[in-house]
Amino acid sequence: MIEAPTPADIPAAALPRGQALRRGLRANPLLVVGALAALLIVVIAVAAPLLAPFPADAGTATHPFAVLRPPSAAHWFGTDQVGRDVLSRVIYGARISPLVAVIVLAIACLIGVPLGVAAGYFGGWVDEVIMRVTDIFLAFPSLLLALALAAVLPTSLTSLTIAISVTWWPWYTRLIRGQAASVAGRPYIDSCRALGIPHWRIIVRHILPNSVTPLIVQVSLDVGGVILTASALSFLGLGAQDPTPDWGLMVAEGQNYFTTAWWVVTFPGLAIMVTAFAFNLLGDGLRDLLDPRRTLLS
Amino acid sequence: MTVYVARRVALAAVVVAGVIIATFVIARVVPGDPAATWAGPHASAAQVAAARRFLGLDRPPAVQLLDYFGGVLSGNWGLSVHTHQPVLSDIGTAAPASLELVTAALVIALVVAVPLGLVSARWPGGAADQAIRAGSILGVSMPIFWMALILQLVFSQHLHWLPAAGEYSPGLLFTSPLAHITGFSLIDAALTGNWPMFGSILVHLVLPAVVVAAYPAGLIARMVRAQVLDTVGETHIQMLRALGFRERAVLGRFAMKLAWNPVAAAVALVFGYSLVNTFLVEAIFDWPGLGSYAAASVATLDTPAILGVTLFIALVYVAANLVVDILQAALDPRIRLR
Repeated sequence: MIEAPTPADIPAAALPRGQALRRGLRANPLLVVGALAALLIVVIAVAAPLLAPFPADAGTATHPFAVLRPPSAAHWFGTDQVGRDVLSRVIYGARISPLVAVIVLAIACLIGVPLGVAAGYFGGWVDEVIMRVTDIFLAFPSLLLALALAAVLPTSLTSLTIAISVTWWPWYTRLIRGQAASVAGRPYIDSCRALGIPHWRIIVRHILPNSVTPLIVQVSLDVGGVILTASALSFLGLGAQDPTPDWGLMVAEGQNYFTTAWWVVTFPGLAIMVTAFAFNLLGDGLRDLLDPRRTLLS
Repeated sequence: MTVYVARRVALAAVVVAGVIIATFVIARVVPGDPAATWAGPHASAAQVAAARRFLGLDRPPAVQLLDYFGGVLSGNWGLSVHTHQPVLSDIGTAAPASLELVTAALVIALVVAVPLGLVSARWPGGAADQAIRAGSILGVSMPIFWMALILQLVFSQHLHWLPAAGEYSPGLLFTSPLAHITGFSLIDAALTGNWPMFGSILVHLVLPAVVVAAYPAGLIARMVRAQVLDTVGETHIQMLRALGFRERAVLGRFAMKLAWNPVAAAVALVFGYSLVNTFLVEAIFDWPGLGSYAAASVATLDTPAILGVTLFIALVYVAANLVVDILQAALDPRIRLR
C-alpha cells in the first residue's frame, strides 16, 4: 500500500537514530506535551505529601467551621462539604486513579499476553477456544461489564480494580494473537522448529520481541481509558469510599452542593480530564512515532 | 453472500449464548447467599432452606443455567427488587428515551466530526490539524459525568439558555399531553402533530446529547482523518487529481466515500458504548431512560435489574455489529471472501 504523504513519513530510517527521533518529535508536538504532562502527574503523585498544603485533609480530617469555602489564598481550590482542602485532596488523588490504571493494565497484560501468544503461535483448536471466549468478553462494552461486576462485588477499590481488569485483558489477547500469528507463519520460525528449538525458546526469543512495540503503544493508549472507567465507576459509588481522595468519588460527593459550590466538582473533574488527556496524547503520539501504519480500530 | 450471512448469524448466536452465560456467572458471583437475602435478616435456617428451594438454588448449576437460558429466551428476565416490576417491561419503558438520546448524540457527532476530520486530512501536520487532533483526543478524554455537570451549571444555572433537567417542560402535560404510540417521545410528538411538546423535548435533549456526543465525535474525527489519509496516496485518487478535480472534491467526494465503511463500523461500535455512557449522564439530566434506570438499580443493588440492563445492552451491541458486518459485506464484496 502506498503511504499517505504526511510529513512524518519522510523516510526516517535513512537518518541516524537520534536525528530520526528528533524529527519525529518535532512533527508531533502533541506527543511532547502529553509526555511532559504525564511526567508531571507522576511527580505530583510521588511528591504529594510535600506539595499538598494540608496533607491531613486527604484522610479523615474534618473542619466543621470551614465548610464549602470558595477558593481563596489559603485554599486555592476551596473546601469541600466537610471543610477539607480540595487542592490537597486533588493532589493526593493523583495516587489513586493512575495507580489503579497501572495495576489494571499489568493484570490485563499478564492474562492477555500469554493467551494471545498461545492462540497465535499454536493456532488450531487452542486458537479457536481462546478467541471465541475473547469474542464473548468483547461483546460487552467494557464499562458495562465492569459496572455489572463492580455492582455485585463488595464495594471497594480492590473490587473496582478486579472488575476493570476482567474486562480489559481480551483486547491484549486479540492484539498479541495477531502479532504472534503473523510472526509464527514466517519461514524462519519454521526453520527454528526444524532445528529442534523448544517452543518456549522460540516464543521468548522471536514471538514476544515482535509484539513489544504494539503492546507498549496500546498500554499507553489505554491508561487514559482505564482512568476514565475507574472514575466513572467511583462516580457511581462503586469504587473508593469516603475519606479516600478519589477524583470520581469527589465529583459524586460534590454533586449535591454544586449549584452553590462549583469548585468541589470542578477541580477533581478537571484533574480526571487533564490526566486522561495527557496519557491519551502520549499514547497517540507514541503510536504515530513507533507504529505509524496502524490505523485506528484496525 | 448467503453463506457469509449464515456464518455471521451463527457466530452472533454463539456470542449471545456466551453473553447469557456470562451474566449468569456474574449473578452467581454475588457474595452472600441470595436465598438468605430473599428470606430476610431474621429468617430461620428452615425458612432459608425453603427460600433456596423456592428460588431453585438447590438444583445443580447446569440445571439452573438451562432454566436461566429458557427464561431469558422466553422474555422472563426476573423481577426487579426495587420497582417490583418484571425487568424486561421496565427496560421496554426506559429504552426508547435512551435510544433517542444516543441517536441524537451520534447525529451531532457525525455532523461535527466528519468535516473536522476532512479538514484535518486536507492539511496534515498543519495548525488546523494539530488543533483538531488535540480537540478529538480531548473529546475521548472527557469524564462525561463531569462534563454533564459543568454544562448544566454554565448553560442552565448561569446563562439560562437551556433547561437543566427532564424530558420536557412539565407544564405541557396539561396543555398538550404526550400521546404514547411508539414509546419514542419525539416520534410520538411528531406523529400527533404536538409541536409545542416536540420543541420542548428537542430543547431538553440538547445538553445530554452534546455530552454523550463528546466521545463519538473525537473517535470519528480521528478515524475520518486516518482513513482519508490512507486513501489519498492510492492511484485512483491521484488519477482524480490528474483529471483536475479540486482537492476539496477529491477528499470530500471521493476519498470520503471509501472512508464511510470503517466509519460506519465505528459508529455501530460506539452506539453500544454510548448506551453505557448514558448511565453516567441520564441521572444528572433526569432523562427517563435506561441510564437512569441502571443508576437507580446500582444505587439499590438491584441485581436482576442490573443484569437485565447489561444483557439488553450486550444484545443491542451484538445486533449492531451483526447489522454492520452484513451491510459492509453487501457494499464491499472483498469482505465476504475473508
